[in-house]
Amino acid sequence: MYKIAVLGDRDSIYGFAALGLDIYPVAKGAEAASELHHLAENGYAVIYVTESVADSIAQDIAQYADRPFPAVIPIPGVSGNTGSGMANVKKFVEQAVGSDIIFNGES
Amino acid sequence: MAATHVNPTRMELTRLKKKLVTALRGHKLLKDKRDELMRQFLILVRENKSLREKVEAGIRSADQNFVLARAAMPDEEVNVALMAPKQEVYLEMDERNVMSVEVPVFHYKTRTPDADDIYSYGFAFTSGDLDAAVKSLADLLPDMLKLAEVEKSCQLMSMEIEKTRRRVNALEHVMIPELQENIRYITMKLDENERSTQIRLMKVKDMMLEEAHHYKKKQNEAFAG
Repeated sequence: MYKIAVLGDRDSIYGFAALGLDIYPVAKGAEAASELHHLAENGYAVIYVTESVADSIAQDIAQYADRPFPAVIPIPGVSGNTGSGMANVKKFVEQAVGSDIIFNGES
Repeated sequence: MAATHVNPTRMELTRLKKKLVTALRGHKLLKDKRDELMRQFLILVRENKSLREKVEAGIRSADQNFVLARAAMPDEEVNVALMAPKQEVYLEMDERNVMSVEVPVFHYKTRTPDADDIYSYGFAFTSGDLDAAVKSLADLLPDMLKLAEVEKSCQLMSMEIEKTRRRVNALEHVMIPELQENIRYITMKLDENERSTQIRLMKVKDMMLEEAHHYKKKQNEAFAG
């Protein structure tokens, strides 16, 4: 039985608490990174991270890239969106195909 | 000439030929694997893109609803209303095997049987905007989970495709040509050795016949006479 966590600044994520997801309000950087590792070790299969926080801990997130779980998924927050979620998808395409054939240069 | 030194022996030749057969077979299999992975990846990544667009748009509009709700109510009341969630979501995880890539499949379960049981507050003291905001997020949850599943699959598959492509290329452009070159080198060397042995034998035979019958001497005498 796995759980779902949402990581990010409080204003962006408190709504998810109502749905029954576990919310972890964090600031950027080291705090977020240690929280992420903590969650990954403790039975969370999906961790949603707001884009601004995700960008600040990209290296820590990359550690979980080749494992089947946890899936660390960037989501837009209230502020500080960077479009890194879409950029990630674009990166997958580039990694697999060699060039971007899905987005065709948009975004 | 081969880059590495190879012993031009028959044993080495057999070994290399066996290796070439394996390499060719592996190359074909890996190429098929890469093609099939790529096909599935492209289907998945298109789904990923459209899901992500949907989820991002959904979260944006939900955030707007939350901003409206906070505008209509004091912060403390919003916090109190959402402080003790009624609902909990659990995940069951299966793994699906796509061309030897293990990708996750999520099934989610809510603690209370009614998935719409999401309002953790009485309606008397909260604004209607909060209900709308919570509802809009709740409607988004299945898509968000699907996104998590699809995006993780895409991530794992893109890594596998890259790895497979490298292997295919290494086999196709390095390993197989090198083996073929070595095999050619050994075959030529062996043929050369054989020819030189043959020539030597012919020469020796000539010399022995000469010794026994003195052809040259007789020929010279015939010319002179």
